[in-house]
Amino acid sequence: MGRIEWAMWANEQALASGLILVTGGVVAVAAQFKGWPFAAYAIAAGVFVCLLEYPRGKRKKGSTMERCGQKYLTAVVKVFGPITRNYYVRAILHAALAVPAGFLLSTILGTACLGIASAIYLLAAIRGEEWNPIEQKPQERPQVGGGTIKQPPAMPPPRPPADTRKKPPAEVAGQENPIPVTIEAE
Amino acid sequence: MGNWVVNEGLSILVILVWLGLNAFLFWWYYRVYDVPVKYHYSRKLLGSALAWARAPAACLNFNCLLILLPVCRNLLSFLRGSSACCSTRIRRQLDRNLTFHKMVAWMIALHTAIHTIAHLFNVERCVDGRVEAKGTIQAALSDLGDKTGETYLNFVRKKIPNPEGGLYVAFTYLAGLSGVIITLALILIITSSTKTIRRSYFEVFWYTHHLFVVFFIGLVIHGAGRIVRGQTDESLKEHNPHTCEKNFTQWGKISSCPIPQFAGNPPMTWKWVVVPMILYFFERLVRFWRSQQKVVITKVVNHPFKTFELQMMKKGFKMEVGQYIFVQCPTVSHLEWHPFTLTSAPEEDYFSIHIRIVGDWTEGVFNACGCDKQEFQEAWKLPKILVDGPFGTASEDVFSYETVMLVGAGIGVTPFASVLKSVWYKYCNDATSLRLKKIYFYWLCRDTHAFEWFADLLQSLENQMQERDNAQFLSYNIYLTGWDESQATHFTVHHDEEQRCD
Repeated sequence: MGRIEWAMWANEQALASGLILVTGGVVAVAAQFKGWPFAAYAIAAGVFVCLLEYPRGKRKKGSTMERCGQKYLTAVVKVFGPITRNYYVRAILHAALAVPAGFLLSTILGTACLGIASAIYLLAAIRGEEWNPIEQKPQERPQVGGGTIKQPPAMPPPRPPADTRKKPPAEVAGQENPIPVTIEAE
Repeated sequence: MGNWVVNEGLSILVILVWLGLNAFLFWWYYRVYDVPVKYHYSRKLLGSALAWARAPAACLNFNCLLILLPVCRNLLSFLRGSSACCSTRIRRQLDRNLTFHKMVAWMIALHTAIHTIAHLFNVERCVDGRVEAKGTIQAALSDLGDKTGETYLNFVRKKIPNPEGGLYVAFTYLAGLSGVIITLALILIITSSTKTIRRSYFEVFWYTHHLFVVFFIGLVIHGAGRIVRGQTDESLKEHNPHTCEKNFTQWGKISSCPIPQFAGNPPMTWKWVVVPMILYFFERLVRFWRSQQKVVITKVVNHPFKTFELQMMKKGFKMEVGQYIFVQCPTVSHLEWHPFTLTSAPEEDYFSIHIRIVGDWTEGVFNACGCDKQEFQEAWKLPKILVDGPFGTASEDVFSYETVMLVGAGIGVTPFASVLKSVWYKYCNDATSLRLKKIYFYWLCRDTHAFEWFADLLQSLENQMQERDNAQFLSYNIYLTGWDESQATHFTVHHDEEQRCD
């Protein structure tokens, strides 16, 4: 298990928690359950958690699949520097955000899920993991062949002219049947 | 369009039937709780939220039955083998088991959401009915059960107001507690099953997935509290809700409306899931038993570019072309099973897999087999190997036609090693009985580095064919999609020379 980056799973769990908080909150506010102000808070907290967790961090090893359209949120999350980079901060933040939603049955599932996400982030932080933004790669290509080859070739590799190509006629793949084919009734 | 129907039609049909059954169960059980007079008073207390909770519950029973079946791979292999009479197209549906498993899982998540939200309404209304409703029929219904000789309708007995009342109910009643625990288990299973986690950290996915045991145990006991209540048949004979609901203050005082009596529904889920649970238990038992069968490594071959071949023998092992096995090496890891396509032909007396070193497990097996050492390895030093399988739909169709076109891309070329070897053996055995006369083989890959061993196999087959004067039998076309600077310079320098370019 040496290659696990726990933050990856914590991120999925936190994103799911955000959605669950929003759902539970919306139900309680719309139906005006008793104590619905807690649900209103849960909606706000859920949206915040979703926005924070949507941009996936860069893995230390290997390539990372970006979520659709995450680059806009990456730019915002990056601005906060060490606050968003450090997973101890995230663990404490998620634990704190989860608590008020625990006072209402509709949102307590969100509390439990966010609490678990916080615990996994704590584990990730102890393992020394960090959130690094996935940067867009600049569009320049590395200089290959000492600069003599400027771009990948647009044309296929050159072949000798047709009359010097000596291919036996039977090797023309599939254009004529070397063996007569009879159609059998099925 | 016609091709699409032939290829995908049966799968689409299976999915439509499954969706149709879900819709039917939802509609049917909605009506069971929304129409009959038995639940008239329950509906008075809870509104339509009761039906909205019971309908997805029925769908959950159905889907939890289905979800265990596609992952019983030994059972599926047995079905595949015993249905050899059916066309390959039908048998190939069994290969899509994991896709179906995922679809059923998403349906379970959806129905869990509907069920939970509906029950949030039910709990809120039950607690309010007990605490706040004064002088309404909800209050009268909720008070039933307080006096001796009465049976309750509202399962909430303590008069704790919301929101604490709801929380108290959820965590002290069996249905509430089991519901919270299994929903949490389901969420953890889902978040660790996303493609990113599965592809990168398989252990997290696999071990967390075993929370399904908690899920099924909780699911079976979830209804044991019998808190979904309806009026009993005897009570309905004496007390008609339609006529008596208006004078709810007079129940028990007038002869036409005695106190109504209620009873809870017995748990039904176990009836749906007990058979799949038993089948899955046997599946794990079979996997364990099979893994205890002795497998002997007869030969280890080192191939270039970090690939090695394991040739093994196991008593009673039968395979078809194009199948795969799961392999475990306890020396490296006691819990990891990895799938590998079989590269040997059924005609050979051993079975073989080709393993390329890509991660810690494959490297561990490489070292355990002594491939990194130069000198000859004693047979007893070779590690113990456990094998489960073979699985997968065989490609034996290839022998039914005169002309065959095989197309393989990247790692997908591996089953063709088995196919081509088997063709070769059949050809050597009795060329006249072999219906197959011509093979067109197309292979696309970035470069041949990962599959040098396969390129060697093709070469040796071609040589053997030429020796037997049948060079036209196999025609292979290899397309390399990787662009390499050295290839570019080579072409630029040599294209003026006369060369064969194949």
